[in-house]
Amino acid sequence: MKILVCISHVPDTTSKINFANNDTEFDKNGVQFVINPNDEFGLTRAMWFKEKQGASITVVNVGTADTEPTLRKALAIGADEAIRINATPTDGFFVAKQLAKVVADGQYDLVIAGRESIDYNGGMVPGMLATLTGANFVNMCIGLEVEGTTAKATREIDGGKEEIETTLPLVIGAQKGLVEEKDLRIPNMRGIMMARKKQLAVLEPEAVEAQTQITSFEKPAAKGDVKLVSPDNLDELISLLHNEAKVI
Amino acid sequence: MSILIYTESENGKLKKAAFEVASYAAAIAAQNGLSVTAVSFNTDDTDTLGTYGVSKVLNVKNENLSEFNATLYADTILQAAEKETATLVVLGSSANDKFLAPMVAVKLNAGYAPNVVSLPESTNPLKVKRTTFTNKAFALTQVDTEKAVIGLAKNSFGLKEEQTTCTTEDFAPTIVESSSKVLSTDKATGKVTIADAEIVVSGGRGLKGPENWGMIEELADVLGAATACSKPVSDLGWRPHGEHVGQTGKPVASNLYIAIGISGAIQHLAGVNASKVKVVINNDPEAPFFKAADYGVVGDAFEVVPQLIEKLKEYKANNT
Repeated sequence: MKILVCISHVPDTTSKINFANNDTEFDKNGVQFVINPNDEFGLTRAMWFKEKQGASITVVNVGTADTEPTLRKALAIGADEAIRINATPTDGFFVAKQLAKVVADGQYDLVIAGRESIDYNGGMVPGMLATLTGANFVNMCIGLEVEGTTAKATREIDGGKEEIETTLPLVIGAQKGLVEEKDLRIPNMRGIMMARKKQLAVLEPEAVEAQTQITSFEKPAAKGDVKLVSPDNLDELISLLHNEAKVI
Repeated sequence: MSILIYTESENGKLKKAAFEVASYAAAIAAQNGLSVTAVSFNTDDTDTLGTYGVSKVLNVKNENLSEFNATLYADTILQAAEKETATLVVLGSSANDKFLAPMVAVKLNAGYAPNVVSLPESTNPLKVKRTTFTNKAFALTQVDTEKAVIGLAKNSFGLKEEQTTCTTEDFAPTIVESSSKVLSTDKATGKVTIADAEIVVSGGRGLKGPENWGMIEELADVLGAATACSKPVSDLGWRPHGEHVGQTGKPVASNLYIAIGISGAIQHLAGVNASKVKVVINNDPEAPFFKAADYGVVGDAFEVVPQLIEKLKEYKANNT
């Protein structure tokens, strides 16, 4: 089985979010970038397929040269090779189109992409990619088994889960639950050394026009101070929630 | 020309989020001299959409579509959009909506703006405000294609009544063979889900162990709320992943969010930012959650919560 894992290069979850250039772009100053957590759950599941079923893993990122450490980390975790599409990822559609070309050229059986990136939260690349390539798609995937060309996937639904039988080629939107947090792998020295020798191919992008653009960012209005209520006076809390906040 | 909305139903009954999507689309339609058409699957109460400004419902009555199938549902929405020559399709933000929207966008060759929180700032070009960086910021997004798909963030617009004469048509889309099928669905019955809940009661590591969740569930019961938890609690296996709220878990956009024994890590706060009113109960006055909350109680959860349950029971008894 040939697996393609799509990797987004995103600010660490603890990052302070600021904007530069008249609030038109994200301020990368002092920000640590990591593998998008949803993609990392997916990559970890891909490693299971590699070790148990002999699958091969290619990781791909659409981004400029500064994303390469993130791809190298994915190689150090255990992916076999990496591809970087040398372009600024302008919108989800642009990225999905670039990935669709990679999928068509590489004939991947299973494509794993995070349910959403934790920066722009678009949640659109996996679904767009599946539709562009004519593959089956399971979003918010929290379980996956593959036998031959048949896949059994579990997806999270509102208030529960659903088990789906489907066929390869398949795209999944990965998230926590596909593997547990404790199963995530920290690259060891051997992995890091090996990653240096693995292939990282840099390809030029397809000519694709983005469909959307972000014209500016803004931050939520500052919040007022918390109103403290004494634990001996919970009637006051109920009264505030009823009369002032009007939520009960 | 009309705006097409996808209205989700469950067991034949429209979900509340469907009325919010309808209200939102009706407001855009009113500004632009358009009408709103809804497409729905095996829904019995389509007439109620007239209350929220929908003038036509395309109701798909098809046994083969009784269970969610993303490809077939997306194909159907596409066919409905073509039939109505819709240039704008609006969906909500449930698990199924988020599954469908990008598929519909590609099929329709439309730009997709997800997590939209307010009416368009302009319609030509379409400019909408959406959340980004897990609610730590907003992005003003411009859609440059002729057609657009909007995913409306939950609880961002609310229900607005706009009584309209509503007709329901049976709609029979062309259905292709699908290679995906649902094997089983596992859903707690009679329990409020985080996605649908107006109030969410959430517990953190301060509760010391899964055996102490009884009072969280009881408080949720009294309030008709859903239960949720922080990341460490789900990582420790005290509660299922489906309850994990935060940046790598679920976002919560309820009217009221009550955090008990949750310190308020930045990733957790981001996930609950879209909730309108936040209450924190924690014995540590330095817990970061107090900076993000509207109301706070500094006290021992094991003393405060049981008292709060009793007082809420009293309050409910006097106010119903």
